[in-house]
Amino acid sequence: MPEITTASRALPIGGTGRLTTGWWGMACLLATEGILFAYLIFSYAYLGAQAPQGWPPGGPPALKLALPNTLLLLASSVVLEIGHWRFRARREKIAMPALILTAVMGIVFILVQLKEWTNKGFGFATDAYSSSYFTLTGFHLAHVAAGVIALVVLAFWAWQQRFPHEGSLHLMLGRIYWHFVDIVWLVVFTTVYLVPQQA
Amino acid sequence: MATVAPDRLPAAERDKLTATWETAPGVYGWFASVDHKQIGIRYLVTSIVFLLLGGVEALVMRVQLAQPMQKLLGPEQYDQLFSLHGVTMIFLYALPVLSGFSNYLWPLMLGSRDMAFPRLNALSYWLYLFAGLFLYVGLPLGQAPNGGWFNYVPYTSRQYDPGINIDIYTLGLIFLGISTVVGSANFVVTLLRTRAPGMSINRMPILVWGTFTASAANLLAVPSVSLACFMLWLDRSFGTHFFDVEGHGHPLLWQHLFWAFGHPWVYALVLPSMGIVSDGLPVFCRRPLVGYTAVALATVTTMVIGFSVWVHHMFATGLPAMAISFFSAASIIIAIPSAISVFAWIATIWTGRPVFKTPFLFFAGFILLFVIGGVSGFMTASAAFDWQLTDTYFVVAHLHYVLLGINLFPVIGGIYYWFPKMSGRMMDERLGRWSFWTMFVGFNLAFFPMHIVGLEGMPRRIYTYPAELGVGGWNLLITVGAFLFAAGILMVLVNVLVSLSRGAEAGPNPWDAGTLEWSVSSPPPPQNFDIIPIVASRHPLWEDRLEDVEERSQLGRGYLLDRGRETIGTTPMDAEPNVILRMPGDSLLPLLLGIAVTFLFAGLLGHWWILSGLAFAAVLAVLIAWFAPQPPVGDEKARLYA
Repeated sequence: MPEITTASRALPIGGTGRLTTGWWGMACLLATEGILFAYLIFSYAYLGAQAPQGWPPGGPPALKLALPNTLLLLASSVVLEIGHWRFRARREKIAMPALILTAVMGIVFILVQLKEWTNKGFGFATDAYSSSYFTLTGFHLAHVAAGVIALVVLAFWAWQQRFPHEGSLHLMLGRIYWHFVDIVWLVVFTTVYLVPQQA
Repeated sequence: MATVAPDRLPAAERDKLTATWETAPGVYGWFASVDHKQIGIRYLVTSIVFLLLGGVEALVMRVQLAQPMQKLLGPEQYDQLFSLHGVTMIFLYALPVLSGFSNYLWPLMLGSRDMAFPRLNALSYWLYLFAGLFLYVGLPLGQAPNGGWFNYVPYTSRQYDPGINIDIYTLGLIFLGISTVVGSANFVVTLLRTRAPGMSINRMPILVWGTFTASAANLLAVPSVSLACFMLWLDRSFGTHFFDVEGHGHPLLWQHLFWAFGHPWVYALVLPSMGIVSDGLPVFCRRPLVGYTAVALATVTTMVIGFSVWVHHMFATGLPAMAISFFSAASIIIAIPSAISVFAWIATIWTGRPVFKTPFLFFAGFILLFVIGGVSGFMTASAAFDWQLTDTYFVVAHLHYVLLGINLFPVIGGIYYWFPKMSGRMMDERLGRWSFWTMFVGFNLAFFPMHIVGLEGMPRRIYTYPAELGVGGWNLLITVGAFLFAAGILMVLVNVLVSLSRGAEAGPNPWDAGTLEWSVSSPPPPQNFDIIPIVASRHPLWEDRLEDVEERSQLGRGYLLDRGRETIGTTPMDAEPNVILRMPGDSLLPLLLGIAVTFLFAGLLGHWWILSGLAFAAVLAVLIAWFAPQPPVGDEKARLYA
């Protein structure tokens, strides 16, 4: 007759990293978000390929604001990683400062991008280029904003010391998402800003 | 029948598990439940209600079309009805009904206690329900979507369709898309992480393969149509120029995005239902499925090729011959994996000892309809022939053979098959046979003649036709067939309702089937399994009888996991236990999030931006509560029963 016993080998509860279901959920989210940007870029490129005159109609877009802004966003990912590394190594008591700094860099990115938008000589409804330009960059901007909100909420929880030093699921998911938003921007930036420069 | 007769857990231990997993009673529990079995049944009931609504819409149209130049419906009413019929059947019935089966069955088939994300599961249901109501909100106002389920521009641009009809469609599909995507993510992670120990991927039921493939595809396909709908909404609301030629936009962009989604979606509607047949049919042939590996791989292959056939919906749009040739070839090649499955089913019947119960009739009938729909699909895959057939009733015949034949017949068969598991009672066999033959005869009377009237040149999507076309007789026959078919559906419903209270007791395994869901009581207890089974083969309950199976699964000994709501997490390929998953209990958060999203979309529909802003803030608030971190816990030595 069987009886209730306890296993000799201990198993983690919830686990960390890829053991968590959260990591896999995030992977699904990124897959579907990533393909959304692929469809956005497809639409942009399709309309460009079918355009009767040049694409973009007013010549290649200026890099004066966009390029430094790109570097800023990339730097924010580095800041986030350094901060997290210091937190894991227990050099920081809480993970908050790096999260706040990253969020601030994200906010600056948003403000510069809004400035970039107002500098454009065309509006949302001018033509197919303007519509797809604002939609593609706007979708990305919305993702940056979502990332900023996530970072701020994480910073609040970090301030409450609700994350363990070793392998917090929340910090991991926040970092993955922020880097994803970064990488997507590199693709969008290449598509919208760099490719037209050659023409 | 089980290989190792389950040693019953002591009653006290069993009650403890049941109390841990039980949904709270009363109204609160109804709104807060995250039990996959309840959610699955809700999915099934809601989608069947939409099936009936879509069916009534179809019957009204068939009365209109029964004779030439009828006046029951005007063109505008007809447009709304055929659009709503398509939207209802394709979006609100066909996938959700399969999600219902999979939600109910997956954890039971996989030997787990719930889906990977129970609250997300509840959320996907609430979003589906509210999106369905959203799409229907225009009907009482006479403002239902009227651009077809495919919603082609420029018919649907504001210039030609100024009402809110199309805004309901575009926003409604984005809304529903959120439900589909979160549901799909849940299936994907559930499959990868929560299978019982030992259930390596070559031991999963085919239904699991089908739903997994469909879900992975949905993650990649749904954003396409959501984006297309969003851009059309922008065009209509803010005067952008995505699809508008005057602003250098392009109407064909809509068709590309729509069908890049639409064709994978068609396979998402049929692969899980083919899985129902692959799992159900062998039980009534008293043998395992022939060619398990080939069928599983064919399922995945169909979907992979399914992503590269979308242009066959656009053969008549003047695309370059090179593009058309490529997509025509891909569409013809996709017949190969489909044929593999068909031959596997036929071989299973041929080499088995068929038991002619009602589910068998539906599954076998499905094979015939699948072949007819497949052959007409093969015909339309040829671009030259398609130019003759496009926009005629031939295509209507094809798509109904495919969607009803491959989706609805397996679904009804699946209801007959799993109803005893869900309710604990058998459905009536005599009425079951009557319902099958009525549906089968009615279906073929209704849809086979459509091939003929299509070849004779009757256009589709038109509210009437002249008597000179000479298809009035055929159309009358089609209408009679449609009503006969509907009568068959009605018999199924009557059978369900009567059997709920008067059916014979089913017991755990009335069909003597071989998979895990039949090893637990009917209906299953809240915790599904007292002890997480350890799986050693594809048919844990048939191991003693199958000559070539050496291994023995353990159903009565293994992980007990009774410290709170726990189930076991396993590795993605080999299903070796590597983590204990703590599952959330009852929660109102999914419902609250669903309500907030509904207000968000209502605001977008009416351009009430303040409402949308407030609703968005509510969405954020719920999400923050949802993700609030739990205090960290260390490792645990699992409790075993061995």
